[in-house]
Amino acid sequence: MALVILRRLAQALITVAVVLTLVFLLFSVIPGNYVSSLMAEKRGVDPAVAARIAASLHLNDPTPLRLWHYFVDLLHGNLGVSFSTQQPVTEMLSGRIFASVRLALAAISFAIVTGLPLGYLAASRQGRWVDGVAMVFAVSGLSVPAFWFGLLAMYVFSLQLGLLPTFGYGGGDLAHLVMPALTLGIAPMALLARTTRAAVLETRNADFIRTARSKGMSEGRLVRKHLARNAFVLILTMIGLQFGAMLGGSVVIESLFAWPGVGSLLIQSVGLRDIPVVQGCILVIVLFFLAVNTLVDIAYLIIDPRIRYK
Amino acid sequence: MKRTQDHHRRHGITRRSFFSGAGALGAAAALTNGTALSALLPTPARAAEAAPMPGGTMHLAAPYGSALKSLDPHATWRSQDMVVSKAFHRSLYSWDTSKNAPAPDLAASVTAEADGMTHTYKLHDNAYFHNGRQVVADDVIWSFTRVMDPDKGFPGAALVANIEGADDYAKGKAKTISGLKKIDDLSFQIKMKNYTDPGLLFFDGVTSILPKEEVAKPDFLTHPVGCGPFSFSQHVAGSSISGKKFDKYYKPGKPYADGVHFVITGDYSALDMAFRSGELDATVLSASAYALYKNDAKLSKGLVEVHELFTRHMGMNLKMKPFDDEKVRQAINYAIDRDLIIDKLIKGKAFKAVSWLPSSSIAFDETRKPYPFDVDKAKELMKASAYPDGAEVTIWATNGTNGTGVAQAITPYLAAIGLKVTLKVVESSVLSDALHSGTAQAWLYSSGTGPDPIAALRDFDSRVTRAGGNTTGFSDPAYDKMLDDAAGEVDPDKRRKLTMQADGYIFDKAPVWFFNTNKAVVATQPWIHNVGGNVTEAAILEVDDMWLGKDAPGRS
Repeated sequence: MALVILRRLAQALITVAVVLTLVFLLFSVIPGNYVSSLMAEKRGVDPAVAARIAASLHLNDPTPLRLWHYFVDLLHGNLGVSFSTQQPVTEMLSGRIFASVRLALAAISFAIVTGLPLGYLAASRQGRWVDGVAMVFAVSGLSVPAFWFGLLAMYVFSLQLGLLPTFGYGGGDLAHLVMPALTLGIAPMALLARTTRAAVLETRNADFIRTARSKGMSEGRLVRKHLARNAFVLILTMIGLQFGAMLGGSVVIESLFAWPGVGSLLIQSVGLRDIPVVQGCILVIVLFFLAVNTLVDIAYLIIDPRIRYK
Repeated sequence: MKRTQDHHRRHGITRRSFFSGAGALGAAAALTNGTALSALLPTPARAAEAAPMPGGTMHLAAPYGSALKSLDPHATWRSQDMVVSKAFHRSLYSWDTSKNAPAPDLAASVTAEADGMTHTYKLHDNAYFHNGRQVVADDVIWSFTRVMDPDKGFPGAALVANIEGADDYAKGKAKTISGLKKIDDLSFQIKMKNYTDPGLLFFDGVTSILPKEEVAKPDFLTHPVGCGPFSFSQHVAGSSISGKKFDKYYKPGKPYADGVHFVITGDYSALDMAFRSGELDATVLSASAYALYKNDAKLSKGLVEVHELFTRHMGMNLKMKPFDDEKVRQAINYAIDRDLIIDKLIKGKAFKAVSWLPSSSIAFDETRKPYPFDVDKAKELMKASAYPDGAEVTIWATNGTNGTGVAQAITPYLAAIGLKVTLKVVESSVLSDALHSGTAQAWLYSSGTGPDPIAALRDFDSRVTRAGGNTTGFSDPAYDKMLDDAAGEVDPDKRRKLTMQADGYIFDKAPVWFFNTNKAVVATQPWIHNVGGNVTEAAILEVDDMWLGKDAPGRS
């Protein structure tokens, strides 16, 4: 297991370096920089001032030189200072990481708690009306745009029922978390329901299940000992991918619900061409994705020891 | 209607009333152009206002983006940031929405000297920063000097640069700004480089008066200290910011509310939902929401409509064909039915532009008629131009109703006069780069056209670079002279007439297609009072004036 973790760490370092380099280069070649974003604002900035800002932020330096400085600083644990807020990027990210992870955890919990039973129920009632209803629900969850679902949730829970606040973070209370988490979790929930159904059906028809059943194993024990364990490998992969992508994929939800996460900071910073913050956000998103998937890999080893030998 | 009546009571034009007469001029212009008077002047949400009630927390919106750019008011000129900074900071002036003119704020009195360029100020003797220290003349001088700091690159430098010696300071030729002189602890003088009313320059958050000792602290960027009506209490970056009543605020009895809470969001749909559910006391509206609110018997009662000082237009690069021909540019202004586009596409949330200066500008010429929709006249002009067979035109636009939406709407009109349009959709900073480098042929854009009309008309001054605002590359020495004459005229009436003349010149030369000026709309709940309409930016509200009624949710 230690070898797996070490290998994963090495892969993660390479991935992070590649992604950060690509993003940095991308922002160097696309038109516009932080100064042009300032000049594009409703009230423009004086050109002389703009030139001074560009010089002070080293925006006119050659790209390789800026990239070199960025990585040197990164190796010293310094993510730089935001062009726009003049705050250290680490400071800006610290509060937002907690909010994003909190939202992602709530959303994935909702997806697991709802999607898994729904998928299992559909598989165990294959071809019956329960299966049909569950799958219609799942397909709807996948096809409805998250933005629209969020607005619908606002309309129902906030405007009509007055049960939940429309948006905001509040004091970090549960009431403010519910709607963004539901909205972010609806698509993963639907995907998990479909994956669970497919995995359960596939495993249920496997030879070892038929053998166990013919030996007289009780249905409960069969599910616990054989079916769940084997089907869960596929489900876990899906959970890992969905959970890992949530930090980067919650941009729209965070913007809609005024949720102070990394996604909304990223989108704001891209618009401003605030490269240090963009790089910081990308770093967090990539690291989160890699960490979650490393944990999933480790979980494979625990769930299915055969993977260890592969 | 009280606000409108006050407007009409003003008489005569003095140096100050030159500017404070903006509303009346705008009103006259609106009538001339067939625009409803109520739509032009800031429309008060409700007529009857009872005696202000102290207490409660106001819940407002900081719209347009998902995060504030900076809590340092000198560092940002974004509308969203200024909405918030108005609660925590004060400047020498503020924008008086009831008079549609700048009014002294931290300055208790302002006296213009005989030379027309020197202004003597006396500060309120009861103005304090949130750290308890009194606001003194040194703070004004230090704040303005900080804004000009060449190492900082603050946007307000463009305003402070109008003070004598400010440029020398910025260039390192002087250690202080010579035009700023302390008289005593509460008095000082500002000597301008020209006759511009300082009130038109020093009312925004970018020229806030700050306490030096607090700015020097490392946590100033996260815990701002000012002398505004509310002291900072909490900022959840990307979500909300709030403040609590500052008991030593210099205006007796104000602010009325005990606290203020801004939700930071760029999502109009969410703002609409929150307003309808009563979580927000006031918010700006999108065009589609405005159409719904206007037709709703209940919601329409709380609308404050504001004629903002921004002109939306299609800029034309005069160094590129076919826009090097004045007749083509004029033909475009005749060829497009703007009324239809404003009505159907913009949902009525705009006023038809006449010339570069909006009809709410202090130097708008009320006798000028807008280009009428006249296709025959447009075709005639095209035939007489250097391009009788038409031309191909690439219009750069950002995605959205006022960008790609308008471009698509005008395409058939331009095709009718032989101009084949290709649309180039770009991001705003890319468009900005293209305008400043002169690579775009035509573009849809919105430019600030006030409150100082001469500054707005400098967008066509040949000595101003494209990056400096002359994006069309307009070059005409006769026009430059007109502007210089206007700027050099101390008599306000003559100055206004010369400015009008310059605006008329631009109208004739048509370096842009004059599209519309923004009608900003603020929706207000029945329980919030004294919400004014700010023509410089409708979302910026004077939070110290506003108060909550007894049935406001913010009181529970």
